[in-house]
Amino acid sequence: MLLFVVKRLLLMFPTLAVISVISYIIIELPPGDYVSTYIIQLTETGDVPDHVIENLRQQYGLNQPWYVRYWKWMTRFVTGDMGYSLAWHQPVRDLIGARLLLSMMISLMSLMFTWVVAFPIGIYSAVRQYSIGDYFFTFTGFLGLAVPNFLLALILMYLAHKYLDTGIGGLFSKEYQGAPWSFGKVVDLLEHLAIPIIIIGTAGTAGTIRVMRANLLDELQKPYVMTARAKGLQYWRLVLRYPVRLALNPFISTVGWVLPSLIAGETIVSVVLSLPTAGPLFLQALLEEDMYLAGSFVMLAASLTVVGTLLSDILLAIIDPRIRYEGAA
Amino acid sequence: MDTLKPGTSEAEELASQLLEDLDDEVEEEYHLAPPLVLTWRKFRKHKLAVFSAVILIFLYAFVLFSEFIAPHSPHERYVEFAQAPPQPLRFIDSQGKIHLRPFVYGTEQHLDDKFKRTYDPIVEQIYPLRLFVRGAPYKMWNFIRTDIHLFGSDPGAPLFLLGTDGHGRDLLSRLIFGTRLSLTIGLLGVALSFLLGIIFGGISGYFGGLTDTIVQRLIEILRAFPSLPLWMALSAALPANWSVIRIYFFITLILSILGWTGMARVVRGKFLAVREEAFVKAARLSGANTPWIIRRHLVPSFMSHIIAVATLSVPGMIIGETTLSFLGVGLRSPAISWGVLLQDAQQVQSIVRLPWLLLPALMVVVAVLAFNFVGDGLRDAADPYT
Repeated sequence: MLLFVVKRLLLMFPTLAVISVISYIIIELPPGDYVSTYIIQLTETGDVPDHVIENLRQQYGLNQPWYVRYWKWMTRFVTGDMGYSLAWHQPVRDLIGARLLLSMMISLMSLMFTWVVAFPIGIYSAVRQYSIGDYFFTFTGFLGLAVPNFLLALILMYLAHKYLDTGIGGLFSKEYQGAPWSFGKVVDLLEHLAIPIIIIGTAGTAGTIRVMRANLLDELQKPYVMTARAKGLQYWRLVLRYPVRLALNPFISTVGWVLPSLIAGETIVSVVLSLPTAGPLFLQALLEEDMYLAGSFVMLAASLTVVGTLLSDILLAIIDPRIRYEGAA
Repeated sequence: MDTLKPGTSEAEELASQLLEDLDDEVEEEYHLAPPLVLTWRKFRKHKLAVFSAVILIFLYAFVLFSEFIAPHSPHERYVEFAQAPPQPLRFIDSQGKIHLRPFVYGTEQHLDDKFKRTYDPIVEQIYPLRLFVRGAPYKMWNFIRTDIHLFGSDPGAPLFLLGTDGHGRDLLSRLIFGTRLSLTIGLLGVALSFLLGIIFGGISGYFGGLTDTIVQRLIEILRAFPSLPLWMALSAALPANWSVIRIYFFITLILSILGWTGMARVVRGKFLAVREEAFVKAARLSGANTPWIIRRHLVPSFMSHIIAVATLSVPGMIIGETTLSFLGVGLRSPAISWGVLLQDAQQVQSIVRLPWLLLPALMVVVAVLAFNFVGDGLRDAADPYT
C-alpha cells in the first residue's frame, strides 16, 4: 500500500511540471510583458528611482530568456508568491485564496449532490430496466447532458425572477449582506448555494446515472447474483450488498475526470450568477489581461484537480485490493 | 412434379425445405453484404437516431443556404420594430375568416408610461406569407447575385416570426446565419481532433514501448486539465483586431487542443486490439506489407467506431464555442454565432423583458441532442456483426 502511494506521488510531479509550463505560457501569451506595463504605471504616478525599476526587472527576470523567467516564476509560486495583480493592486495570493476555497467548496458539494441523486436513480434504472421510470430518467439524463451549464443558470434565474420574484444571484440576500454571522445568515447562504450546486451537479448527474445503470446491469447478469438468489437471499439486500458495491468502484476512480468538469462548470455558473468565487475573478483577469492572476488560477485549478485525482486513486486502492497489488507490482 | 395435397406430410416437408433455403439465402446475403450496408441497416432501426439525422440535415441546409432561407439580412436594423416579440402565424383573422395561406398582422409600437416598448397587432393589416419572394439582394456563395428568399411577405411588411433584438434585427434570420459558425466549428474542430488523434494514437499504438508511455502520460495530463479555464485563457489571448475568420480558426484550434486526447485513446486501443486479430495475421502471412494492412484492414475495421466517437464529441465543441462567445472571450459581434447571440441574454433583466432572446440556446440544445442521438445510433451500428 505504501509503495503504491509513493509511486502515485512520484507520478504526480511530471504532471504538475507540465501544468506549470502551460500556466506560464498563458501568463506570457498577451503581447508585451506585464512588468513593463507595471513599470510604466509606476512612473506615471510619480518618479520612481531607477533601482526600484531595476529590482523589478531583476525580480521577474525580464532581461533573461523565457525558461529563466519560468523558473523564477515557478520557484516563487511554490513558496506561495504568485505575483502581483496590476488591476487590483494586490498580491494574487490575497485575492485568490478565499475565493478559491469557496469554489472548491461549491465543486465538492456539487459532487456530493451528483452522487446522492445519481446513485439511487442509477440503481433504480438498472433494476427496473426498460420500465417507464427508466425511460423517463434516460430521457432527462440526455436532456441534462445537452443543456449547457450557463443556459440552465439563465433559465433558472429567469424562472426565479418571474415566479418567485426573487433574484437568485449572489451569496446573500440584501438584508444579510453586511450582517454579522447568525443562524439566519447561514440558512440564507445555503439557500443561495443550492441553486449553483444543482446547476453544476446536473450535467454530472446525467452522466453518472448512465454509468451507474450500465455498471450495475453488467453486475446483475453475473452468476453469483443468481446463486445468491437461489440460496434465498432477499433481493434488495443482495443487490445493495454485492452488485451495487462493485458498480460503485468506477466512480471513485473517475473522480479525477469529474473534477475538471466540475471546476469548469463552477467557473461559468459563478459568472452567470455573479457568485464571489474564483470564476468571475478569472474571467475579469482574462479580459483585463491581468495575467499573473489568470495564470495562477489555471495553475491552482489544475493542481487541485491533480491532487483530487491522487486522493481518489488512493481511496480506490483502499477499497479495491486488486488495484493495490497491481499498482505495487 | 406431382401435385401435392395440402396438409400431407410431403407438402409440409417441401414447405419447410423451401423456408430453410430462403433462410440460407438471407443468411448468405447477410454474410456477403458489405459492412457499410449492414451498418446502415442497423442504424435505420434506431428511430430516434434517424429522426435526429434528419434534423441535422435540415440544420446543415441552413448552413449552406442561409442567405436564401433567412427572410431578412442578419445585419439589417429595423429600428421602428426594435425589441418586437415573436409574431404568431395565423390562419383565422379577427372576423373569423379562415385563410388557407398563413399570415401575420401588421404591428405597431407604443411606449408605455415607463418608456417600455410594447407592440400591438393591427388587425386590419394582413400580410400573407409567400414563398420565393423578392427581398434584400444578396450574393449566393459569393457568386450568384439574386434577391429571391425562400419565404417572406409583401414589401415593407414587419415579418419577424421570432421577434427582433434590441437593435431591431430579425432574430430568425440571425439564428439561421448563426448556424454557419456554430455548427461548422464543431465539425472542423472534430476533424482537427480526429487528425491529431489518429496521428498520436496511431504512433502510440503502432510503436508501443516508450513512445506509447510518453504519449499516454501526455494525454493523461491534458485530460486532468479543467478544459474551460484553459479555453478561456487561450481564446482571451487572441488579439481583438483579428478578422472574424481568423478568430474562428483559432478558436477551433483551441477547442481541439484538448479534444484530440479522447480520440487518440480510442485509436490506440483499437489499433492494439485489431493488430492481434486473426485476419491481420492472415494478411501478413499472405505477404501484405504494413501500409497495405493498415489501409485495407486496420483502418476500415475501426473507422465506423471512430466516426461514432467523433460524432459524440461534436456537442462538446458546440457547447464550448457557445460558452466562450457567451462569456465574451470567443467570437465577437459582428460575427454571428449562437453564442454571440446569447450575449444579449446575459442579464436577467433583459431575459425577463425579451425572453425570446433565449431562443439561440434552444437551438444549441436541439443540435447537441441531435448529435448525441446520431452518435448513439452510429455507435450501436458501428459493429454490425454483433
